[in-house]
Amino acid sequence: MRTDELPGTTRRCFKVHEGDNVATMLDEATPGALTILGQTQGLDLREPVGLGHKIALRTIAAGEPILKFGVPIGHASIDIEAGAWVHLHNCRSNYDERSQTLDLHTGAATDTAYG
Amino acid sequence: MDSEFIGYLRPDGRKGVRNLVLVVYTVECAQFVAHAIAEGEEDVHVVGFPGCYDNEYAIRLMLALARHPNVGAVLAVGLGCEYTRPDRIADVVSASGRPSDWFYIQEEGGTRASIARGKETVRLMRERIREETPRVPMTLADLTVGCECGGSDGTSGLAGNPVVGAFFDRLVDAGGTAIFEEIVEMIGLREIILARAANDTAKEQLAQAYDKAERYCREVRQYSVSPGNFAGGLTTIEEKSMGAFAKSGSRPIQGVLKVAQTPPHPGLWLLDSVPDEHFMQFGYTNPNDTEGIMDLIAAGSQIVLFVTGRGSVIGSPVSPLVKVTGNSQTYRRMEEDMDFDAGRILSGEIGMAEAADELAALVGRVAAGEPSKPEALGHREYFVMYKHQDTPNLLEGCRA
Repeated sequence: MRTDELPGTTRRCFKVHEGDNVATMLDEATPGALTILGQTQGLDLREPVGLGHKIALRTIAAGEPILKFGVPIGHASIDIEAGAWVHLHNCRSNYDERSQTLDLHTGAATDTAYG
Repeated sequence: MDSEFIGYLRPDGRKGVRNLVLVVYTVECAQFVAHAIAEGEEDVHVVGFPGCYDNEYAIRLMLALARHPNVGAVLAVGLGCEYTRPDRIADVVSASGRPSDWFYIQEEGGTRASIARGKETVRLMRERIREETPRVPMTLADLTVGCECGGSDGTSGLAGNPVVGAFFDRLVDAGGTAIFEEIVEMIGLREIILARAANDTAKEQLAQAYDKAERYCREVRQYSVSPGNFAGGLTTIEEKSMGAFAKSGSRPIQGVLKVAQTPPHPGLWLLDSVPDEHFMQFGYTNPNDTEGIMDLIAAGSQIVLFVTGRGSVIGSPVSPLVKVTGNSQTYRRMEEDMDFDAGRILSGEIGMAEAADELAALVGRVAAGEPSKPEALGHREYFVMYKHQDTPNLLEGCRA
């Protein structure tokens, strides 16, 4: 890994739309203070999250829509705390059911028989 | 944006950015010979259909590729037992004003004799089209550019697809044609898509295509989202959809094309590659990225942009594929495969408008003959499968 790819050098996330309750990580980061691009107010990241992944900008209750690009991209399957990683373990599609069975970290399929 | 370059004028008036000989095979059993004919030959590409039983969708697709503006001549190669007829393909190509030829491997006397005959034929064809094809000035208004995304991650919807969208706006404003597809990656966006329709007819077409795609995904229980997408931070098909739809830019959608249909007039078009309802359903909507890219090329795209956050290494025959990534880490890791780093938008290095101008300049250079990265590496992947789509209505402007 090149030094400019090391996590922790910059710690930024991006909120696409004003009404969104999640932001997308622009850097891989460990827990701690995080900058929201173009905003003065920051956020406290609760767990390590990778580039391109999402974090909750506020507390999101189970059943509430997850809003990105200003539209619902699914709903919270459990309560989500501000600064937490938002992914398959706490966000569920309103259409696709199979994705809930995939490995949380690798996305690998776990529901197909190989013998 | 009004830069001129030199292209190749085809008998139907369309203009190509490459001058290729295409070898088309009509069954998997002829695949080895077809590739051996093209092996080591400059400007000779291969496509083919593996099935022994013919399929109208696959034949329309191959005929559209065989009469593509980047193609100057065609050799069709069959084994000799299959349903799909190389002689009919050669006839259609011939009627389009292009040199064509065909043979059956069984009648030629087997592998070696067929390869020798094929190589002799494609060399003569290449010589002839290099001498005889009229050169013609082109601008962006003469270009049809397709866009596909694949190997998407969380950056694709923030930078990779939006920069293509910004370029598509410029292309459409310049009088050119832009085509995007992957309606199965618009699940959850019905109202947003319909609001972009240029008129009521387009709106009706978009509604039908969207509803069919959603129904299809539900029936086959598979949405167009892959393990790599999830690992890259995308959590749901709706999220991927919003990112994917960003590639369409902001101009009105003129209507919906079926596979092998050419846009009847310039502007922004949606290509529907989802199977139509039929007595049985074949396979999945988007079996892989290569299939979608073939559909975009069959619609007449002379160049295709491919947005890949995680880094795909595929290429395409017939039309150059240009790789755009929104992920600067991917760009650095796979620079030999990536043409354009849109991740610079996310790092704040350049703005969206500047990035779109740079991408337009890159498309202009590739159109003028500069090989794209996958093209230079020799990537020529293709994928033609069994599928059913209702025969497109020829009165609606189908030329292919």
